[in-house]
Amino acid sequence: MKPFTRLDGLVAPLDRANVDTDAIIPKQFLKSIKRSGFGPNAFDEWRYLDRGEPGKPNHDRPLNPDFVLNQARYQGASVLLARENFGCGSSREHAPWALEDYGFRVIIAPSFADIFFNNCFKNGILPIVLPAETVDRLFRETAAVEGYALTVDLAGQTLTTPTGDVIPFEVDPERKHRLLNGLDDIGITLQYVDKVRAYEARRKGEAPWLFA
Amino acid sequence: MARTLYDKLWDAHVVHVEPDGTALIYIDRHLVHEVTSPQAFEGLRLAHRAPWRTASVLAVPDHNVPTAHREQGIADPVSRTQVETLDENCRAFGLTEFPMTDRRQGIVHVIGPEQGFTQPGMTVVCGDSHTSTHGAFGALAFGIGTSEVEHVLATQCLWQKKSKAMLVRVDGQLGPGVTAKDIALAVIGKIGTAGGTGHAVEFGGSAIRALSMEGRMTLCNMAIEAGARAGMVAVDEKTVEYLRGRPYAPQGEQFEQAAAYWRSFVSDPGVAYDAVLELDAAQIQPQVTWGTSPEMVVPVDGRVPDPASAPNEVKRSDWERALAYMGLAANTPMRDIPVDKVFIGSCTNSRIEDLREAAAVARRAVAQGRRVADNVKLAMVVPGSGLVKVQAEAEGLDRAFTAAGFEWRDPGCSMCLAMNADRLEPGERCASTSNRNFEGRQGQGGRTHLVSPAMAAAAAVYGHFVDVREVMS
Repeated sequence: MKPFTRLDGLVAPLDRANVDTDAIIPKQFLKSIKRSGFGPNAFDEWRYLDRGEPGKPNHDRPLNPDFVLNQARYQGASVLLARENFGCGSSREHAPWALEDYGFRVIIAPSFADIFFNNCFKNGILPIVLPAETVDRLFRETAAVEGYALTVDLAGQTLTTPTGDVIPFEVDPERKHRLLNGLDDIGITLQYVDKVRAYEARRKGEAPWLFA
Repeated sequence: MARTLYDKLWDAHVVHVEPDGTALIYIDRHLVHEVTSPQAFEGLRLAHRAPWRTASVLAVPDHNVPTAHREQGIADPVSRTQVETLDENCRAFGLTEFPMTDRRQGIVHVIGPEQGFTQPGMTVVCGDSHTSTHGAFGALAFGIGTSEVEHVLATQCLWQKKSKAMLVRVDGQLGPGVTAKDIALAVIGKIGTAGGTGHAVEFGGSAIRALSMEGRMTLCNMAIEAGARAGMVAVDEKTVEYLRGRPYAPQGEQFEQAAAYWRSFVSDPGVAYDAVLELDAAQIQPQVTWGTSPEMVVPVDGRVPDPASAPNEVKRSDWERALAYMGLAANTPMRDIPVDKVFIGSCTNSRIEDLREAAAVARRAVAQGRRVADNVKLAMVVPGSGLVKVQAEAEGLDRAFTAAGFEWRDPGCSMCLAMNADRLEPGERCASTSNRNFEGRQGQGGRTHLVSPAMAAAAAVYGHFVDVREVMS
């Protein structure tokens, strides 16, 4: 996994609650058996005016001028500002794959759906939960200042605004450690093989049918 | 110390705990389907890893499979490749799969319980958010992403933080024509789609104990729509009897030994939960969603709400956007909303009991000289598995449906998410027994209203939403 340490990133606002993973990457693109190349179809139904299909070239498709991420000022954004319950619905990891491939490394929202939140950490994306008032303020500042960017420091657990304000955020120590170092979960787990085997041996005694 | 059902399930599966409380949890059962697994198998190959315990895995293609003319194979080459990739991966890694042509094939969350593969006291995962369904058996069951699918295949474990425990207690008796689906939608309407976030939800109370296993599965299935990764119901004799004699359940003397263990998966009396929600079953009416989130729901005799009355600014703009997408005006009575298509199926509502309830409405319609209304272009019934289909046909349900003008299809996820050929066209409105009314969920531009199977069948016959209690009285 790609480590995440520090980022100076342009912020793009997506001002709606309950953005679900069907919206982040529509179902037809889930037919791919690869884990890359989903970025051009992120938010496909909001972003384009026609219907997207797997394999269809995206560069000449008509863009929806009303969709915020199509505005010139947000091109190249790597921080997504969102509302509550971001990433709800389907467990599809294609959603963080699409966001990462699009260029987002940080997502800020007042709350996230559990499965999506978890999937972000497996893909080098840092989801940050901030109080609703703070998120409101970031929405206001992003709208007011073209080129609004944040400095995200995972080690120090801070966001720094263009005027130098520092906003602290929380992150689980274990998740932080793995993200900072780009550690592979499976590699870590395999260090505990003996414990897994001991657990299995004990359970086989108590509940043998579990292993039938 | 008194423990909740969730505490007991958690405690029984902890392999190792890190200093910050992150735990390595052992996984007993791993269900696999074609959409969220190819990249996981690819990961195993690249790292030269083998599945830790092949007997813990049951695989089935369900999302992409056609529900008609299956003998002709899958027409869409991309869908076909995905299903064939699952077949190849299961062969290569020695995993049990019910392929598309197997009579046991069906929706992954229908076949796990049907086969007795899902059992009380287990941890059950699948790369699918509706894995919460299996919690109906007193199991800890939740959806995972593809990285975690690979992790479970490779190690039989997952890294987890323990959730909080919420009790949703529903006491009293449901009225006739009111189902587990209506309880689920009523709960979500009350707490919202994020109301259960960070929680494992246990459903309890006399109305839950009175539900069949099918009803409990419907309810736990929708826990994720309330934001809860896991939903669960305590084990009782219905749970045990449901499993007796199922192919993957323990047999003979070992069944009794297992049943004694299973019965311990209940919350201790007087145990405290982090949150409690109480509902009176008698107050729950048949529900219909009006918007683009399952929390946007009203009783069938209600009206589309007015955004001007929304509790805050974010909700007001959400409601306005939802009404625009759904093509609805504020204050429209739900009963005046016509439907273009009807879908009865999905991991929420495609089991035998669901089909019986819908077929009863179809039979009543035929007895009254009615059939699917002229304005309804398609009313389709998609059983949850090949075995559900066989049983339904043995009971004559298929003929009840077709006599009333419904189409009787082959099992799969179908128009719940429209990855196969079954979908809504832009602007089409659907009465659906599935679980998500998100924008585009059933097809780009499609408009979904979530209802129970009986309510969906009634909408098909009348061409608009009606109160099934009046239809059946």
